[in-house]
Amino acid sequence: MDGEQAVNTMTDVGNRPAARRGVFSRRVSGILEPYYYVSPALVLIVAVMLMPLILGLSYAFRDIRILNPFSGGFVGLAHFQTLMHDSAFLGALVNTAWWTFGSLFFQFTLGLVLALLLNRHFVGRRLVQALVFLPWAVPTFLSGLNWAWMFNPVVGPLPHWMVSLGIMETPFNILSDPDLAMWGPIVANIWFGIPFFAITLLAALQSIPGELYEAASIDGANTRQQFFSITIPFLAPTIAITLMLRTIWIANFADLIVVMTKGGPADSTQIVASYIFTQAFRRLDFGYASAIAAVLLVLLLAYALGVIALRRAMTHADS
Amino acid sequence: MSTPGNSALRKTVYWGTHYLMIAAFVVFALFPLYWLLKVSVTPNDILYTEGVRMWPSRTTWDNYTFVMTQSNFPHYFMNSVIVSGSTAFFTCIIAAVTGYAFSRFRFRGKIIIVALMLITQMFPLVMLIAPIFRILAPLGLTDSLTGLIIVYTAFNVPFATFLMQSFFDGIPKDLEEAAMIDGNTRFEAFRRIILPLTLPGIAATLGFVFTAAWSELLFALMLVSSESASTFPVGLLSFVSKFGVDFGQMMAAGVLALIPACAFFLLIQRYLVQGLTAGAVKG
Amino acid sequence: MASIEITNARKSYGAVDVLHGINLDIQDGEFIVLVGPSGCGKSTLLRMIAGLEDITSGDISIGGTVINDLQPKDRDIAMVFQSYALYPHMSVAENMSYALTLRKTAKEKVASAIENVAGVLGLNALLERRPKALSGGQRQRVAMGRAIVRQPQAFLFDEPLSNLDARLREQMRTEIRKLHRRLGATSVYVTHDQIEAMTMADRIVAMYNGIVQQVGTPLEIYDRPANIFVASFIGSPAMNFLEGIYQAEGDKAAITLEDGTVIPVLPSPQAENGQHITLGARPEHIDIVQDGSRPAVSSNVELIEPMGLSTLVHVTLAGKPVKIFTLARPDLAIGSQVQIAFNMDKTHIFDRQSEQRLLPLNEPRHTQQT
Repeated sequence: MDGEQAVNTMTDVGNRPAARRGVFSRRVSGILEPYYYVSPALVLIVAVMLMPLILGLSYAFRDIRILNPFSGGFVGLAHFQTLMHDSAFLGALVNTAWWTFGSLFFQFTLGLVLALLLNRHFVGRRLVQALVFLPWAVPTFLSGLNWAWMFNPVVGPLPHWMVSLGIMETPFNILSDPDLAMWGPIVANIWFGIPFFAITLLAALQSIPGELYEAASIDGANTRQQFFSITIPFLAPTIAITLMLRTIWIANFADLIVVMTKGGPADSTQIVASYIFTQAFRRLDFGYASAIAAVLLVLLLAYALGVIALRRAMTHADS
Repeated sequence: MSTPGNSALRKTVYWGTHYLMIAAFVVFALFPLYWLLKVSVTPNDILYTEGVRMWPSRTTWDNYTFVMTQSNFPHYFMNSVIVSGSTAFFTCIIAAVTGYAFSRFRFRGKIIIVALMLITQMFPLVMLIAPIFRILAPLGLTDSLTGLIIVYTAFNVPFATFLMQSFFDGIPKDLEEAAMIDGNTRFEAFRRIILPLTLPGIAATLGFVFTAAWSELLFALMLVSSESASTFPVGLLSFVSKFGVDFGQMMAAGVLALIPACAFFLLIQRYLVQGLTAGAVKG
Repeated sequence: MASIEITNARKSYGAVDVLHGINLDIQDGEFIVLVGPSGCGKSTLLRMIAGLEDITSGDISIGGTVINDLQPKDRDIAMVFQSYALYPHMSVAENMSYALTLRKTAKEKVASAIENVAGVLGLNALLERRPKALSGGQRQRVAMGRAIVRQPQAFLFDEPLSNLDARLREQMRTEIRKLHRRLGATSVYVTHDQIEAMTMADRIVAMYNGIVQQVGTPLEIYDRPANIFVASFIGSPAMNFLEGIYQAEGDKAAITLEDGTVIPVLPSPQAENGQHITLGARPEHIDIVQDGSRPAVSSNVELIEPMGLSTLVHVTLAGKPVKIFTLARPDLAIGSQVQIAFNMDKTHIFDRQSEQRLLPLNEPRHTQQT
């Protein structure tokens, strides 16, 4: 142990050089310590995510078609030029916005309502909580298959219910109607995504100190005023961060669409993420797929930075 | 001013609405699962004729027996258990150590590492399949469970790290300082004092990662080509392609596959809320 | 047990200096209290002794050995935290034995040590409990016990009583003192509470802005504060301060307040005629003179606080509030005039610029340390 040695050879305070060396070595090990802790994660993420990402981005500028032995050459910006005029891609952009914000709006609103309901004590709350969170544990493609099944008028109850409710005239499968098909995956996504918001918001709700509500009710605030003056401001940071992360996540989330509609009918449910999948694994054109993915990544980064900048501007305006 | 009778009425109305809405959420959450179960016990010959009945006139366990004895399903199931279990285990270890560093240390480059982890959450993962295949193939890690475990662990580490960090943030620094004065190095203090205190948080993270790995289809499909290394979601798809679409058997397999994921989730969901609360309190 | 020497210890976080060169010699077996307002650096200094903070420059040695480079675990010190920092997943006995088991002490030895300490602290009945099942006072005792069991070279206390209620705090104060007398262990105790400092310390180290303002026994610090900070921080009710101008002639001197009131003080060779002065007098060193027996100045009665044993009279003098402490129960009407006299021997004068105390003729400078 050099630390002990350093001490043993310098029992008098005056022995400066040895002391300096000791300080130096302890300081170096102190500086290095955090990196020991983060290095496994860092190595893994760089090797399995960052390097493939860079490789993937490089594909965007190359001609990579799996079944074509002559492919692999550098094509510059050709993929991006094609992309500008690819009407399927432009349609997919619009669909992505629909898909993302349609899912997000209902997931969030219903998740918030559920969290508020679960934040009160009532008989059987723990059981209810366990049950309503369950959809999250269901493998997504299984829930996709199941929902597709339920939308089918031959084997599923949903079209018949919609007829009885007067929403539909005769039972038909909305997944095969280009105007309505998007609602199929969106409903499945809402079902799957409510628990995420409910869990996060419930945790945030439970961390609001109870005295705040007591103080507010002494000040004469009614339930609605308490909700808007205490609950919402307290939840705001959680809401902001989860909404941002989820927007990105949902925009990238193609599983349900691939399983339920494969982007059809007539590309009416094709979102950018599923379009990438189609290009890569049905047409085996990895170069073009990578170019689309690169554009999507840039758009999502811009969105995230925009949201962060907006939040910063708003908090600055507050103070 | 409201009279006492009036307020009692309002209370009844409130709780009536409350329970009604709770019931609606429970039904919405469980009905699709019920339908899955229903299809799985419906005999094939009446699957379509009684397609929209709430419960078939006859039920059968044939689909389950077939899946358990005639198909590769038990094998897929084992593969999934191995992959998901290992992924959860390794992810938790790595995320715990990293989350601890994020929670306790200030160091150069921390912001960059945090930003890197956040950005990985934005990747369209589809895009990574081909490059990952290219990187893993020469190492002999394609078509292997080990390769899947490595990939899944990497995908799950960032989120699990942030989760673990919030748990560590809720534990006072004094505890490991006391342990360091009592004779531990920092790492020993972390292992013997701090880690045992985050067990609920670790349970939550385990459950999270386990269910995520259990569901993953895309990479399992693309990185694995042989039957012997296929996981259960891939196997489930094989019901679609191989036997035409035998929905009854597929749904039976699906129900069986739900069991471990749901069991795990039911066990940990309570810790999930607790753990997130503990983190949130600290801000 | 061991002495602790701190030589020119500095601490900075980046460009911010938290401690500016601390020098301190703590004798073997001494009970030292570091006192000061929050942010003065007292806790940082304690944590540097413990090894929880790096020493930016300078040296700290325990028992003659420089310990700058040692891990906390190798310094052979014990620490009691403000939050107690008991391990929540261990029983009281396990908490107390943790350090000993890490040192691979024989089981029988550990058991007897714990029994011994638990007996001293009255914890015998609680040994199997978890910290969660203990009251605040009991937790505090366990934290003490955990430190004592180890028989370390030195004890470090980081505001250990501040989470207790007033009565319990008073009780633990005397108990810690008694323990210290019994164990004779070198102790460094951090607090922001000047009463704890006064009642517990062998020597007080008063700190402010990362600088040691004064080191001395409690009474030295109380009677001869080095500067305005120490004078105002130590003592409750706090010292009164009035601003004025110094005038001396021969062996007499006086301060002229803003409204012309003249208050006689001891002459100081360090002061010059016309110097701007802050005059300081503790409430108990101002008397109410009702019979004209002594020269006095006139003031207005603002408020009277009877406290049973004593009475605190608030008056205004030269437009400034002044508090007077008296054991008598003076019969005064609020708003009336009252004659008050400053006890000249106990009245201090401070230079208004440097805030240092200007010493009277015969006082040695030995407690000064800045």
